[in-house]
Amino acid sequence: MIDSLPKLLSATLTTLKLLSLSLVFGLIIGLIFAIMRLSKNKFVSNFSYGFSYVFRGTPLLVQIFIIYFGLGQIEYLRTTFLWVILKEPYWCAIIAFSLNTGAYTSEILRSAFQTIKPGYIEAGKSLGISSKIIFYKIQVPIAIRQSLPAYGNEIILMLKGTSLASTVTLMDLTGVAKYIISTTFKPVEVFIVAGGIYLFLTFLIHNFIKFSEKKMRTN
Amino acid sequence: MELLYFGSKGWGDELFTAFLMTIAVSITAMFIGILFSIIFTPLKLSNNKLFNFIANSYTTVIRGVPELLVIYLFFFGGSGAVMFVASIFGYNEYIEINAFITGSFAIGIISGAYSTEVFRGAIQSIDQGQFEASKALGFKKYIYFFKVIIPQMLRLAIPNLSNVWQITLKDTSLISVTGLVEIMRQSYIAAGSTRDPLFFYSFAALLYLILTFLSMKILNKLEKNYSRGF
Repeated sequence: MIDSLPKLLSATLTTLKLLSLSLVFGLIIGLIFAIMRLSKNKFVSNFSYGFSYVFRGTPLLVQIFIIYFGLGQIEYLRTTFLWVILKEPYWCAIIAFSLNTGAYTSEILRSAFQTIKPGYIEAGKSLGISSKIIFYKIQVPIAIRQSLPAYGNEIILMLKGTSLASTVTLMDLTGVAKYIISTTFKPVEVFIVAGGIYLFLTFLIHNFIKFSEKKMRTN
Repeated sequence: MELLYFGSKGWGDELFTAFLMTIAVSITAMFIGILFSIIFTPLKLSNNKLFNFIANSYTTVIRGVPELLVIYLFFFGGSGAVMFVASIFGYNEYIEINAFITGSFAIGIISGAYSTEVFRGAIQSIDQGQFEASKALGFKKYIYFFKVIIPQMLRLAIPNLSNVWQITLKDTSLISVTGLVEIMRQSYIAAGSTRDPLFFYSFAALLYLILTFLSMKILNKLEKNYSRGF
């Protein structure tokens, strides 16, 4: 049980790298799609709805497999510079995770934007503030505060989602755990150690979100 | 399209069987999950500290650990655990549990943690007055439970239970790692032998979309039925 700890801890780093990169990209994707969803243009908003529907309606495993195994099949892609990225399982996993969490994030942000009281925006308008500044200085900060609890859950779901990277040969925490289990045949012990690390990370994320919620409330 | 023909030429019939297998595993897992939550929700709401601790550990651990890890635990540890129990009763032969049972159990336990939280939330948000009123009217315990609490709880729980169903449905794709031939596993096999992964995985995605779409339609109807006014 103790022997496996260093290996699992170094694999935790891979998990954290996957998680943080996907969250950063996912947040950008989510914000873009949330704004598109709220657009008055029917085509743009339907496109965004379709994106989030497809990514939320299918398992993450299918998405990774399509990107990792599927896209390599397109001859044309192999000739472009994208192939440098797409031949690496690491980047394929990150693309899949980012798109997946982006879809969920866009829903979280959309509902946060929609629950902002119109009075705030009207107040800004009547003070003669330009709509760009209203968006960045009024709508975005309120939306961030509104969406924090739901986004915290999404981070935890994504932490668990990174375990799927092990299905495309990446040695993240779950990948290493599976390798140790299959060589030592001690599933329970390894599960306790690896599960403990995941639980500890979940605990940290949970408290970090709680802390930021508190901080934002006092502002 | 030839790839989807039924019979020996295409993968249509295999994929259809796999599609049914996914539905079967999802329903079994959801059912096991609800059984688990029927056990754990009362423990969670009880005043006994030990019961609370047991139920809280169950939901926290399962919801904080990746599904894949839980599945590996069951896959590699399942037959060992069953053999251990069997050896107590004096049965020492090797026992292999079939992938369907292991998979549905693993997913069921995960699903159960989520539904326990749903039921707990629903019961806690029932107005306290309802409990007091039924006591004041002198209802017997089981009547007040089945006629007062359960109907109100279901109304509150069904929208969230339908979320749990969607999660469970998508989680079944992970059982493919244990070799159970459901949609993902069948697509993996088909993609391997035809060297056309893009087509088969996209088709798998489409099958899952159909499943989530249909179940949303059905569950919305159920939700409407249960949220009628009293």
